Amino acid sequence: MLTFRQYLRPQTLDEAYALCQKRANLVLGGMLWLKMQNRTVDTVIDLCDLGLDQVEDLGEEWRIGAMVSLRTLETHPGLAASTHGAMADCLCHIVGVQFRNLATVGGSIYGRFGFSDPLTLFLALEAVVELHHAGDVPLADFVNQPYERDILTHVRLPKHPGRVAYLAQRNTATDFPVLTCAVAVGESGARCAIGARPMKACLVKLDLPESITPETAAAAGDRVAEQVTFGSNLRAGADYRRAICRVLVRRALLGCKEEE
Amino acid sequence: MEIRLTLNGRQLRAEIEPALLLIDFLRAQGCLSVKRGCETANCGLCTVLMDGVPVLSCSVLAARASGHSVQTLEGLQEEAEEFVGFIADQGAEQCGFCNPGYVMNTIALLRENPNPTDDEIRAYLAGNLCRCSGYEGQLRGIRAFLNARGTKEVNPHA
Ligand SMILES: Cc1cc2nc3c(=O)[nH]c(=O)nc-3n(C[C@H](O)[C@H](O)[C@H](O)COP(=O)(O)OP(=O)(O)OC[C@H]3O[C@@H](n4cnc5c(N)ncnc54)[C@H](O)[C@@H]3O)c2cc1C
Ligand code: FES
Ligand code: FES
Repeated sequence: MLTFRQYLRPQTLDEAYALCQKRANLVLGGMLWLKMQNRTVDTVIDLCDLGLDQVEDLGEEWRIGAMVSLRTLETHPGLAASTHGAMADCLCHIVGVQFRNLATVGGSIYGRFGFSDPLTLFLALEAVVELHHAGDVPLADFVNQPYERDILTHVRLPKHPGRVAYLAQRNTATDFPVLTCAVAVGESGARCAIGARPMKACLVKLDLPESITPETAAAAGDRVAEQVTFGSNLRAGADYRRAICRVLVRRALLGCKEEE
Repeated sequence: MEIRLTLNGRQLRAEIEPALLLIDFLRAQGCLSVKRGCETANCGLCTVLMDGVPVLSCSVLAARASGHSVQTLEGLQEEAEEFVGFIADQGAEQCGFCNPGYVMNTIALLRENPNPTDDEIRAYLAGNLCRCSGYEGQLRGIRAFLNARGTKEVNPHA
């Protein structure tokens, strides 16, 4: 259970940032993850009054506020078009609609959870994280950085990431994934992110020939599976994950081809 | 701390402990349809509408609900009555414990998508767990209601 003495809704980001510098204070996103922890803090900082609940169209990029819910992302027509439906494919298996109406982009990306579906997709999309103090950080760097006391204000996603496909494997519907896989094939090359390894998602650059065929897709799947490190937990063993990885990468690449 | 919100259309002002969960606030207000199943954000039994959107009241602070409108099954009896009989007619439930969460989320589904396909119903209600049934009865009940209302699903296999 999460217990605390004081609940505050700062009215500016500077105020929120100052509050979050204290070790006894804690930033709230949707609180779904935090609530599962056994923690006692002094003050919780609710970011809900800071206007961070908007998805903005910046022309070449989407700018997503930290307090935007996963459900808003899932049902956003512009994001669906940009990602060829991969945004909804990535989010629609997370617990349920009521849950996704609460869980936030900020909490999901700041948390950098190993099992995270959106972290995997956002990595392949080459997302950039906006931190109030540290400024812009590519997600590919942020994912491995220590948990600094900063406020994640926005995440930016390119509007034209190329062709995108997202696939995940679950032991049972709405459970945490056993493996997640996102592929983006754009002008700057092909990228593949593998998550729920069960370690945090990692990004692999794919060396692809001109055209994607069942053979080249399978070969790319084999290369990714050999390159990436996997581990075991109660959901699956490392060898199983490696075997699934080959299949998901191949299918995702073929999925990208079908969109051509 | 003080919170102000609209509960089932009624303006409320209340003095609460900052860490009070919305589910406990609502039950203390007499909304006993709001039940605690898992309290780990997994079962959907505690579903309420906040500003018309279905959320898990076990995972929202009452403090965050301040300034918003909250609806529970107590305030949505008429909307629920339209379809709950169809679910009962299918003998869909055994113990019935999951029912309030199901009904709340079905209300949200039908507002958002008045003519859902079976797959859309399954996807929307995936976060509502039932330990007794196999979910088919509830699905049949909602389908029977939609059919009776004159919205026939196009069978893709026909
Ligand atoms: C039962 C359950 C099942 C789940 N299943 C899945 C799943 O299958 N796939 C998946 O991808 N995810 C899953 N999740 C994770 C979920 O989707 C969210 O990612 C997670 O709950 C965090 O989001 P939140 O908004 O609730 O963040 P919170 O719990 O509020 O916060 C998470 C962390 O981020 C910090 N934080 C929040 N917002 C900010 C911010 N703006 N700036 C700085 N720090 C911030 C908090 O202090 C905390 O440390 C699951 C979670 C639960 C509880
Ligand atoms: S009690 Fe809230 S989801 Fe189970
Ligand atoms: S009927 Fe018993 S939990 Fe659903």
